[in-house]
Amino acid sequence: MREMIVNELTQATQELIREFARFLPRLLVMLIVVLVGWMIAYLLKWILRSILRLVKFDKLSEGAGATQLLNKAALPSSTELVSRFAFWIAWLGFVLLGVSALGILGLEEYVTRFFVFLPRLVVALFFLFFGLLAASFFSRAALLWAVNTDMPSPRLLSSAVRVLITIFTASAVFEELGLADSTMLLAFAIFMGAVMLGLAIAFGIGGQHLARRFLEARFAPEKKEAKEGEDELSPL
Amino acid sequence: MAEESVLTDEFLRQLINVGEADILVGVPTYNNAATVGQVVQTIRAGLLKFFPRERAVIVNADGGSRDQTPDLVRGASINDAQVSSDIHALRTLHCISAEYPGEPATGTALRTILASADLLRASACAVVSPESTTIEPDWIERLLRPVYQGKFDFVTPLYRRHKFDGLLIRNLVYPMTRAFYGKRVKEPYASEFAFSGQLGNHFLGQEIWAHEAGRTGTEISLTISAIAGGFRLAQTFLGTKPHLDARSADLVAAMRQTVGALFWSLEPNFQLWSAHADSQTVPTLAAGEEVTLEPLRINRKRLLGMFHSGVAQLEPVLKQILSPPTVSELQRIAALEEDEFSYGDELWARTVYEFAASYHKSVISRDHIVQALAPLYRGRAFTFLVENRESSGEEVEQNVEKFCLTCERLKPSLVELWNGKK
Repeated sequence: MREMIVNELTQATQELIREFARFLPRLLVMLIVVLVGWMIAYLLKWILRSILRLVKFDKLSEGAGATQLLNKAALPSSTELVSRFAFWIAWLGFVLLGVSALGILGLEEYVTRFFVFLPRLVVALFFLFFGLLAASFFSRAALLWAVNTDMPSPRLLSSAVRVLITIFTASAVFEELGLADSTMLLAFAIFMGAVMLGLAIAFGIGGQHLARRFLEARFAPEKKEAKEGEDELSPL
Repeated sequence: MAEESVLTDEFLRQLINVGEADILVGVPTYNNAATVGQVVQTIRAGLLKFFPRERAVIVNADGGSRDQTPDLVRGASINDAQVSSDIHALRTLHCISAEYPGEPATGTALRTILASADLLRASACAVVSPESTTIEPDWIERLLRPVYQGKFDFVTPLYRRHKFDGLLIRNLVYPMTRAFYGKRVKEPYASEFAFSGQLGNHFLGQEIWAHEAGRTGTEISLTISAIAGGFRLAQTFLGTKPHLDARSADLVAAMRQTVGALFWSLEPNFQLWSAHADSQTVPTLAAGEEVTLEPLRINRKRLLGMFHSGVAQLEPVLKQILSPPTVSELQRIAALEEDEFSYGDELWARTVYEFAASYHKSVISRDHIVQALAPLYRGRAFTFLVENRESSGEEVEQNVEKFCLTCERLKPSLVELWNGKK
């Protein structure tokens, strides 16, 4: 009996040692992957930061209005933020790769999911940045156009353009991330419907004169000039 | 010849039929049926009267008109023109017309004319606007003779204008071109001008053709190129400047063509303009009455209203372009009553220099920078109209000269802004 217990204990200990001996190289591999991954991620961050500085990404981001948002949130510059983000994503990828080397059942599925999700995250961020950039550019273009054509409420028009493009951007980002697809779609449709109906009513009832002026300027400029009865000053 | 690629096969065929030419007159057109016939007839009359022994050709570069402009050019016969009987054609006067490739753009048309002049080895060339309904045959002589005689390489026009006509030219384009490049060319954005064959080749070799300046505002880019290249410049009085082009009343389009091209030119010519401190006169070959004074009905209040609206509505944009003291000063004058309002020389010059520096640094889209200057220009135009309401032609000229000197005096501030010292 005693001998049996000793044998079992010995076997269990040996099994444990064998398991540990099997696990140790995997752990080592994981540590190496994590360490090498850190170095690669750091190098990636450094290269990305240099490229972004070279292409004056901060200026681009300022134009997109992203810098103002970051400043308000006490976050670092866009270049720093993007490079740090790339570092963490890359390193996290390597950590998960290392973890998958451990061969722990169940974890591998999460690791695979992460790698499937990663490109979508990058694309979503791409959409977000260029969406903000487009919102800033087109809202400013609308503002300048409205001011130079003497349209009423230029800032309102500019803000409307900005909000509209930002909403489109947000919907594209959420769709890309696959977050609450149907909810977002429904919310977006309701919001857009409400905005369009509101604008139609406002423009139709409150903006008859504006609509007339706009249509006259667009389709019958001669009539307008004749009505004014002033000498045209040529800038050139 | 690399420039042959600019010319279509049809153009080449017609040019080869001409052979060589001494004199070339180019007419860039796009839907100018209303005026082009008369202009071409006058050009023909001028060539036959003043250059009867020279091999001459009229080249019409058309942007794809849908109103039979090319047919009118080809059909514009000397017999239709009411000219004196002492005109005799000693040589065949060629008149060719063809469509240039691509979208209609004055720059592309000018490039086509330059390439044609190069191919025909013309020693003197002129460009005439198809809308110059006030053209006289002697315009052709005044433009071409100095170049053909080899005395000058680039001849720009002087026009008879109303004292309130060409406000953008008087309040920005001329003073700034003069301050930047040190030459007192009064019409740097000319719709009529002449150049030597040598200068034409120089123009063709410029980098403007790869940029927007090679499509719109090319006229001012060519003037700057002639100055920068150290060519011999002259200006000559032609006559009354006509204004039939609907686009000339579009301020934003006019600013893109002139101010946009001027600001763009500062980039490649930094070494040149940063070295100049003052300006030199350009020989004037024929003088004439340059300012007319008949009364005009002008809505000054609208100009001021658009300035007020611009300063208020564009505040976030102006803050990106201008320095805080300049923005504050603009807001201060925008708050003044109409009778107290004055957008003075110094503030206006400083505003334009800060816009030029911001354009260089691309603080926002460059086109937006040019557009944002339009409402401010309206405030300046209002001040010019008020200050010169009772002025004689001479006094208007004196006021323009005073502003030019202010621009020259303040130019070092632009160099500092450009180099990022401010």
